[in-house]
Amino acid sequence: MISLSEFLIVAAILFGLGIAGMIVNRKNIISLLMSIELMLLAVNTNFIAFSHFLGNNTGQVFVFFILTVAAAEAAIGLAIMVVLYRKVDTIEVQKLDTLKG
Amino acid sequence: MTELHILFYIFSIAAIVAGVMVVVAKNSVHSVLFLVFAFFAMAGVWILLNAEFLALILVLVYVGAVMTLFLFVVMMLNLDLEPRKEGFVRLLPFAALILFIVIGLTVMVVGPERFGLTQVPVPAPHLANYSNTADLGSVIYTNYAYPFEVAGMLLLTAIVAAICLTHRPPKNRKVQDVAKQVAVKRDDYVQLVNIPSEKKTT
Repeated sequence: MISLSEFLIVAAILFGLGIAGMIVNRKNIISLLMSIELMLLAVNTNFIAFSHFLGNNTGQVFVFFILTVAAAEAAIGLAIMVVLYRKVDTIEVQKLDTLKG
Repeated sequence: MTELHILFYIFSIAAIVAGVMVVVAKNSVHSVLFLVFAFFAMAGVWILLNAEFLALILVLVYVGAVMTLFLFVVMMLNLDLEPRKEGFVRLLPFAALILFIVIGLTVMVVGPERFGLTQVPVPAPHLANYSNTADLGSVIYTNYAYPFEVAGMLLLTAIVAAICLTHRPPKNRKVQDVAKQVAVKRDDYVQLVNIPSEKKTT
């Protein structure tokens, strides 16, 4: 049978890919959002794996809520990005320096 | 090596390859499509973990709604792909380093010597009439009813916020503004002009 550590290792690899994607694609906000989605997928897999192996379905409830929050976050993030693109005609992170931060 | 094991490795390798392609793909549309593929593969892994309801939610809601939204936005914004390439090669060693650190540390912690089959045995298989959806529902609608309502309110807020942010009122609409019509004063439109009368010239 498949052991718990194999699921956790797959999730760890996906999480690392998400972090690497955030480092590599620093220009494009859409790529950053997609990297976040990849990391959330890895975290959800961890939750479900532990929920299955410990026989406790609270982990699945948490995944349910994480999916809800992630959907809301993606919707609002994309809406902000569309407004930003209308105003300044770019979504490159380096050019969004109006606040001089 | 059982059939489940082979299935698990097929799904995981597909998900990891798709994850790599999400990061390195030059075209954002390709990135989104590879992310969709990764979601499908991980949904298969979730089904192997007896989380059928969440796997279907992932495919139906997440792939069907959220990723479609991503695709719409990517295609709506007219992105130039050239500036994305610069800095990619320069940052690649750092990214690889971070990737190996994250994966190495996590594998050291969750490796087979700590979470293997002897430490965490496989749970007993469920009964034939077990339903994951009913199981999850019986928890969500009792113990987690209040957080469930809060999640619903959160989604409503997200809808209102997204519409408020992106909505542009139509420009050339000929709608009567009743308040403006009622507030009209006589002097705005009527002008009494005093014209001195002239004598008849004939």
